[in-house]
Amino acid sequence: MGALSIRDVRKSYQGTEILKGINLEIEKGELLILVGPSGCGKSTLLSMIAGLDTVSSGEIRIGDRVVNNLSPKDRDIAMVFQSYALYPSMTVRENISFGLEIRKVGKAEQQKIVERVAHTLQIGHLLDRKPSQLSGGQRQRVAMGRAIARDPSLFLFDEPLSNLDAKLRVEMRVEIKQLHQRMGTTIVYVTHDQIEAMTLGDKIAVMKAGEVQQFGTPRQIYDNPANLFVAGFMGSPSMNFIPARVESVGGGYGVRLESGANSYVFPAVSANGKLKSWEGKEVVFGIRPEQITHRVESSLGAEHIQTASLPISLTEPTGPDTLVLVPVNGREVTCRVHPAHARAPGENMELMFDLSKAVFFDPASELRIA
Amino acid sequence: MAELSQPRDTGRLIGRVIVYGLLVLVCVYYLMPLFVMVTTSLKSLDEIRAGNLLSLPQDPNLDAWGKAWSSACTGIQCEGLAGFFWNSVSFVVPAVLISTLIGAVNGYVLTMWRFRGSDLLFGMLMIGCFIPFQVVLLPMARTLGAMGIANSTTGLVFVHVVYGLAFTTLFFRNYYVTIPDELVKAAKIDGAGFWLIFRRIILPLSAPIIVVSIIWQFTQVWNDFLFGVVFSSGDRQPITVALNNLVNTSTGVKEYNVDMAAAIIAALPTLFVYVVAGKYFVRGLTAGAVKG
Repeated sequence: MGALSIRDVRKSYQGTEILKGINLEIEKGELLILVGPSGCGKSTLLSMIAGLDTVSSGEIRIGDRVVNNLSPKDRDIAMVFQSYALYPSMTVRENISFGLEIRKVGKAEQQKIVERVAHTLQIGHLLDRKPSQLSGGQRQRVAMGRAIARDPSLFLFDEPLSNLDAKLRVEMRVEIKQLHQRMGTTIVYVTHDQIEAMTLGDKIAVMKAGEVQQFGTPRQIYDNPANLFVAGFMGSPSMNFIPARVESVGGGYGVRLESGANSYVFPAVSANGKLKSWEGKEVVFGIRPEQITHRVESSLGAEHIQTASLPISLTEPTGPDTLVLVPVNGREVTCRVHPAHARAPGENMELMFDLSKAVFFDPASELRIA
Repeated sequence: MAELSQPRDTGRLIGRVIVYGLLVLVCVYYLMPLFVMVTTSLKSLDEIRAGNLLSLPQDPNLDAWGKAWSSACTGIQCEGLAGFFWNSVSFVVPAVLISTLIGAVNGYVLTMWRFRGSDLLFGMLMIGCFIPFQVVLLPMARTLGAMGIANSTTGLVFVHVVYGLAFTTLFFRNYYVTIPDELVKAAKIDGAGFWLIFRRIILPLSAPIIVVSIIWQFTQVWNDFLFGVVFSSGDRQPITVALNNLVNTSTGVKEYNVDMAAAIIAALPTLFVYVVAGKYFVRGLTAGAVKG
């Protein structure tokens, strides 16, 4: 029995279906990420887990209890909001102990819990301040402290970092991850940021238009995207999608790539057989920028390594890598190259394609072929 | 350079003079009636008849004030305004407090606990702001009669609460709209219920709008004449009605100094409320404009 299981949950609002049959299940101590563009229904789903919104049909279980008809306070959950939602008229101490007080925890016990939480989050010196006297990061900590104090069986985070500036966001992300590892809590975390999703999640549910597009570990989602949307949404810079024709090559199948006068056929090593029925037809060939790099002699020779000399149209130095754009089949393809090997725009560059993780999609249905 | 900038400085100076001159003029214009009232109330009747309206009193005294307070005639009885003053206090205070409190709860429900049709309900409540007093007189008289509180302080409180609700609800609703509803969600998850959230989370944030509501309602209810004259009688009438009776009592000579003193007495409480809480009034009215 999982810590949280969501079975065929649907939500309609005024005739429109916002959630179209969601199925998710996580174990105790896991961190589930709900990620997707705005309007995909991830926040609605979180609200429904919290009990702030009702379920049209389906079942939500926390532990071994069906909580569909329980009010938020009886669900044994705590939530951290995007705006932090600290009570403005109360001090930090009162904010943290408010939920305990309502649950009739004794004064001495409350005191002890507040001290412990404050110690965990290093907000001891802030306990007698009002939320208005705190910085964004401190408010964020207090909001987490309020959730931790209650020691619930499930934590819900609703885009908790999106109001912080970039640097603080990275720091807090690390802290949340440390906290999760140390306390072993079960967390459902909503975000629209795919980097947060990749770094924090044990499991990721990628959502779009009220449906879970793919549910799996970060590695599964990243390496084996179920469709074009997931492949494009996860990863930055995002995966290159190159329309290409399937041709037979050396007993197997591959895709034809053209750039200027040059033409190559790259074998689909990862999934040769599945392309058979696509011979002569066009597919979407997907390859991540980091799988196209400068030529490394020691890697050459393997079947999944192909090289091509391509003209550079633009370079974008990011510091650790330089992104090099080259035209292939009429698309600008992004390659991730070590800065020392990057050439200038206008020149040709010898690029090495690692095809072991290349993926292929049906251009019409956008589903994965291989 | 200094020479070059001179014409600009002169221009600015002239502008300032014009602006301040106008402001002083407007001030004088608005303060003149008050000045005449105060000085007249401190003069003797002989001095008023002989002298200039704008001159300062030669021998200022509070005789007229004393008379207005305790012995001027309001119709057939001659006991001054004192009793009526306390009449007004006795129904204005509960009416203001009750309408403010109910307005706060209404605003809370209409923003934080929305239900199907809550916007429609709010819209209909708003129409209440535009209903003229005269329209409700007869139905209200029947209602008060049916409830058995006609001609009583309770009845007058009821009338003013009902009439004030539209305004207080509007104030509180518009103020609470600016409070993020995540606060209420957080409190719900913390285990707090409807009233606890209202008392512990929402009310402590409401000080500015409570002040606005109190000032508004106090001025409205205290200054009301029509409801007072219609729904009360005899020695239970509010001070506004008594003031009218005092000024219109036609026996003997017209005592302008007493009239003036009485008028100031009747206006003092609203003045007092404005002076004490006026700055909160402006602050409260604009509170929603800035993100807190």
